[in-house]
Amino acid sequence: MNRIRCIAANTFREAVRDRVLYNLIAFALLLTGGAILVGQISIDIEKLVVINLGLTAVSLFGVVIAIFVGIGLVSKEIEKRTLYTVLSRPVRRWEFILGKFLGLAGTLVVNTLFMAVGVFLALLYVAHKLQTPDGWILVAVYFIILQFLMITALALLFSSFSSPLMSAVFAFSLFIIGSFSEDLRGFAAMATGITRWLASGVAYIVPNLSALNVVGLVAHGEPVARNLILFNSAYAFFYAAMALCGAVLVFERRNLK
Amino acid sequence: MSAIEILGLSRTYSVGFWRKRSKCALRPLHLTVEEGEIFGFLGPNGAGKTTTLKLLMGLVFPTSGSARIMGMDMNDPRVKAQIGFLPEQPYFYDYLTAHELLEYYGQLSGMSAADCRGKVEPALRRVGLRDVRGLQLRKFSKGMLQRVGIAQATLHDPKIVFLDEPMSGLDPIGRREVRDLIQQLKNDGKTVFFSTHILSDAEALCDRVAIINLGELKGVGAVTQLTAGMQAKVEVIWRGASVPPSIRSLAQESYVSGDTARAIVKPENQERVLEALRRDGLQLISLNPVRATLEDYFLQQLKPVAELPAEVMA
Repeated sequence: MNRIRCIAANTFREAVRDRVLYNLIAFALLLTGGAILVGQISIDIEKLVVINLGLTAVSLFGVVIAIFVGIGLVSKEIEKRTLYTVLSRPVRRWEFILGKFLGLAGTLVVNTLFMAVGVFLALLYVAHKLQTPDGWILVAVYFIILQFLMITALALLFSSFSSPLMSAVFAFSLFIIGSFSEDLRGFAAMATGITRWLASGVAYIVPNLSALNVVGLVAHGEPVARNLILFNSAYAFFYAAMALCGAVLVFERRNLK
Repeated sequence: MSAIEILGLSRTYSVGFWRKRSKCALRPLHLTVEEGEIFGFLGPNGAGKTTTLKLLMGLVFPTSGSARIMGMDMNDPRVKAQIGFLPEQPYFYDYLTAHELLEYYGQLSGMSAADCRGKVEPALRRVGLRDVRGLQLRKFSKGMLQRVGIAQATLHDPKIVFLDEPMSGLDPIGRREVRDLIQQLKNDGKTVFFSTHILSDAEALCDRVAIINLGELKGVGAVTQLTAGMQAKVEVIWRGASVPPSIRSLAQESYVSGDTARAIVKPENQERVLEALRRDGLQLISLNPVRATLEDYFLQQLKPVAELPAEVMA
């Protein structure tokens, strides 16, 4: 357990020292500009626009980090041969994969929490006060973090056997398809024959990210059902765990040439 | 108990994209390294030295064979706590300082935080990096990185240290420092297994060496033992600005440096060379027997069979 914690802490430290968290500056500028602009031109929908803009930005910034840092988690270590001195110690390969995942997940959680604070500050700026329904924004943020866990695990899976470029293509494609997975499931329900089977298969393999998108709901101050929170949590953790198991299975057999 | 027993380890790779063909990187290798010795693993580039080390470290899986380290199977997790490894041309996490890197590796090796704190400083001092312990590794020179590499490989007090080309790319001072560090490891009772293609370093340091070429073991033993069977030579030096044709035809090698000429000849040709010098009125400066070096043995082992003299083939 100590070895996993060490690898995770080192991954977090790498992200911080490689200035990954500098994206927070870009996020702050975007949100400040957006809030000022919205405050001037919107009538009665300031909150709606700020929550939509803020949470969408949180999601996009995090996804970019999850994919572009995630695809290098293993391949960069192999390419630079830093992995050799790690795996020649009493570190098992699955411990390395899990440590890397937890390190990037931790980075994303910290990054997202800072952004969430930014969203609340922007909301305070345009609405002058926070109300009870605004608390549901935290659930939307939690769902976004769940999305990051799934995407990070997928990026890590691709990184364990593919080049960084191909890993980025695969991970980004799955993110796009996953964001429309409800539509894909709708299409599968309407289709017939082999098309139905294919569409259903793809819909169940890709991460169902659209089920984790409740931004529109919370922007209108509507609550998120408790069952949905439980189901989405179980689904995201299970999906990420499966992707990690895949990464471990591939990596355990990989020769480090 | 032997420190390392390699029992027929071999590795074959598939190469090519469309039409796969197999390439043998290491033919079944049998080798034993005793405890407390410095063992040199020699060979030209691409001979299979790094492949062997990667197999022993569990970075690459063998096609066949196995190995025992300190009496345990090389895949036994307990083995890793007893070995240290410096890869070829090491690259470390350059955003870390030397101190942070050693702490990280110490903890991965199973050392407690308190143990790390007590061992990192002496390890840095031993490799002469204590004054730059707070500097990020991206600002380190190649020689400094090599020293950090040796520090990380020995931090957890392993019984066996594997070093892959530890002197590669270093200047003469850096090489000397690494040689001294390796000697110090032996003095501390550790077994050192290092690969190199710098023969003078191996000759100066190793208790025993193995020579490998094209994935095949060519010879194992102490340097004196390996070179004992080599034919003796004689070095003849005389005053002169050129090598007369009669001497050149008898010499294995001949050189001219300023007003001094030199020829390496077989002992049986010695008298004929001296006679030629007398005939041409050239002044003899010295006549010395030459001990066969590891380089001579190495080059002989690497020669294609067709080029070898009859007595060697016999």
